[in-house]
Amino acid sequence: MIAYLAKRILLLIPLMLGITLITFAVVHLAPGEPVEMQISMNPKVTAEARERLKKFYGLDKPLHVQYAVWVKKLAMLDFGRSFAPDNRPVIDKIRERIPITLSLNIISLVIEFGLAIPIGILAAIRRDTLFDKGMTVFVFIGFAVPTFWLALLLMYLFGVKLGWLPVSGLHSLGSEAYGSLRWLLDMAKHLLIPVSVAAFGSLAGLSRYMRSTMLDVIRQDYITTARAKGLPERTVIFRHALRNALLPVITLLGLSVPGLIGGSVIFETIFAIPGMGQLFYGGVMARDYPLVMGILVIGAGLTLIGNLLADLGYAFADPRIRHGQGS
Amino acid sequence: MTRGVIAFLAMAMAFMVLQSCDGGKGATRVPKRGAGTPAYGDAIVVGSIGEPSTLLPVLATDSASGDISNLVYNGLVRYDKDLKLEGDLAEQWDISPDGLTITFHLRRGVKWHDGVDFTSRDVLYTYRVTIDPKTPTAYADAFKQVIKAEAPDDYTFRVSYAKPFAPALESWGMSVLPAHLLEGKDITKSPLARKPVGTGPYIFREWVAGQRVILESNPKYYEGRPYVGRFIYKIVPDSSTMYMELKAGGIDQMGISPIQYQRQTGTADFTSKFNKYRYPASQYTYLAYNLRNPLFSDKRVRQALTSAINKDEIIHGVLLGMGQIAHGPYKPGTWAYNPRIRDFDYNPERARALLAEAGWREKNSDGILVKDGKPFQFTILTNQGNDQRLKSAVIIQYRLKAIGIEVKIRVIEWASFLSQFIDKGNFDAVLLGWTITPDPDIFDIWHSSKTGPKEFNFIHYKNPEVDRLLVQGRSTFDMSERRRCYYRLQEILAEDQPYTFLYVPDALPVVSARFRGIKPAPAGIGYNFIKWYVPKEEQVY
Repeated sequence: MIAYLAKRILLLIPLMLGITLITFAVVHLAPGEPVEMQISMNPKVTAEARERLKKFYGLDKPLHVQYAVWVKKLAMLDFGRSFAPDNRPVIDKIRERIPITLSLNIISLVIEFGLAIPIGILAAIRRDTLFDKGMTVFVFIGFAVPTFWLALLLMYLFGVKLGWLPVSGLHSLGSEAYGSLRWLLDMAKHLLIPVSVAAFGSLAGLSRYMRSTMLDVIRQDYITTARAKGLPERTVIFRHALRNALLPVITLLGLSVPGLIGGSVIFETIFAIPGMGQLFYGGVMARDYPLVMGILVIGAGLTLIGNLLADLGYAFADPRIRHGQGS
Repeated sequence: MTRGVIAFLAMAMAFMVLQSCDGGKGATRVPKRGAGTPAYGDAIVVGSIGEPSTLLPVLATDSASGDISNLVYNGLVRYDKDLKLEGDLAEQWDISPDGLTITFHLRRGVKWHDGVDFTSRDVLYTYRVTIDPKTPTAYADAFKQVIKAEAPDDYTFRVSYAKPFAPALESWGMSVLPAHLLEGKDITKSPLARKPVGTGPYIFREWVAGQRVILESNPKYYEGRPYVGRFIYKIVPDSSTMYMELKAGGIDQMGISPIQYQRQTGTADFTSKFNKYRYPASQYTYLAYNLRNPLFSDKRVRQALTSAINKDEIIHGVLLGMGQIAHGPYKPGTWAYNPRIRDFDYNPERARALLAEAGWREKNSDGILVKDGKPFQFTILTNQGNDQRLKSAVIIQYRLKAIGIEVKIRVIEWASFLSQFIDKGNFDAVLLGWTITPDPDIFDIWHSSKTGPKEFNFIHYKNPEVDRLLVQGRSTFDMSERRRCYYRLQEILAEDQPYTFLYVPDALPVVSARFRGIKPAPAGIGYNFIKWYVPKEEQVY
């Protein structure tokens, strides 16, 4: 087991290096330069000022030198400073946004799983009933409706017409002075529409998946046996069927972990939520190389770690994998 | 809190509906509520698409940073409501008779927000840090013309130039930075970028990344304490969301689009809660021809193109009438604008005649003009994300088709647009816009020496008389002589048509009706922000 682990970790190093190389190449292949984007055709800026900015950012050096400088810093976990005029460390910019994106994604994920799993189970055991068909229509509407459109409609209804919920943002003005309970309630009100819209849009995939695995399991012989034993239906479904049906769904949950730090640009823009998606999109549009590369590398790193943990989990659970690899 | 605002606005609205029954319909600009008494307090929430990048103005290039910096800092000079230069931190200034030396007499008793006195040392520092090669700034060029800068005493600052340079005066409108906090430190790593200290009417309070910037009125401001107690800059990246925030009462001021102005803000409910303003924006949209392309080298062809384009139709179709025809590079109504200039109005007959004169007589089977076996076709490039420009291009395409010219339209993302097309001169025609600066010096856009890579005369316009006028116009401080230069310049451009000047759009800001004291002027509405107020009984924050 230890040898297997060591091997996997060693393999990560060249993989990570490859990722940095590809990231760097792709980012620099895009036409345009950070300096151009800042100046963006302001006639008051001469060629000399442009050269000065380029030199300041180290963009006057050849590409391979730029890469070496960047990777050397990265090896010491220094992501460098942003090319935006504020010139702040990239890690600070990411750090102030990750909590927002992370909490939003976790809440959405919990709601999504919390709704989709019961919907899938119920649809499977009441297969072909009105409930099943109605739910199919419902989740596919969620899947098909453009998120931004639904979001705008809900904002208009609840924010403008009825005035029940805030339109956008995360906190009300002056919320710093609130007590912790009121502060939390205020934030919950702000998050209600975004989280519901996000969850509604992603119900379809998961609930359909849950329904089909559940149907597979219900047809198994051991379920027939359980029923034949005279167990109550509730016990058959929840004790025997559900446990097996949930296994593949847990894999899905594992797969969505790296996505937790990625935000959706459209979503964050519409709701004015300062998350990772906006930061990344802004970085790309401004050709802020260190910021874009920093986010990509962190994302890649988390994916690698996630994969490693998943593989370790499998290895732990399944001796065949462990021994097959180790020997 | 939000609910309180809505309840309040609902009450105000009910009151307004009653009032407007007997009051009749007034023009939208006139505040419909009584003037009330000026009172201190309340807050204004201004919506912005973008977040400021840095609050050290010497490093910033974006408009959001400028919005905040303008309230936190002062320059030596500034533009007044009629876009004329007036003293700000400089009470007055003298220009030596030869035009080579400017002496600023600084205002006494001005204090930085941390209580330290403002002196000429701060001005000297600002100048030095701007020209320091280690400072990554876009604004060094005007200051580089200075050959000597000195501060003979605490309240005098003197600069000398090698030759008279009219835009120099404007360049001293640059925000003055606090020397006592920055001198001897690396400005790019200064904490002041996120926590600025200035001399301006508002004191920086808080910046919540990605959400808002909060400023508080400066009780010791040299022009007096501003009425509005807090200025809250709220970042809402989507314009539809921002508009809904406005309607829900979460935002007090934003700029709206022509369609919102015309079609969505006419309800009694809206007009009772908000005042709409309308004045020409400081920008123009143009169609520029690549003069190195033989297709456009003949002046008559360019005149024909302008004659074939119906500018009125573009303004009505694209801006719903919220703009005016541009005949040249200046804003109508400003001192450099020549009101007598009329370039080629819409006249397809004249267009056809001019083209025939230039040799475009035959048409091929598709109805496209042909000369020497080549059909008259070209591509208009414009940048992605600007719907008004794209729509203008489509209308132009339709009009040119009518006189036998085939136009293709390509929309390209901004970074690629600059690097792959503009910088390489790889285009036929581009549809873009320029900002109109209050100082009429447009040397960088039209002078024939500015055609190098990454310079702004990217169409390669070369006219010796224009070159001479541009140099003459920037080397004197005499307003009437400058005006003469720029008047003539506009005549030449109207005749040469290197660009087809299309339109000057209107700026369309909306402000909550509880704010009083707003007086639209050529400079817009923001110039007297410190005099805006909310009567005590209407304050909500």
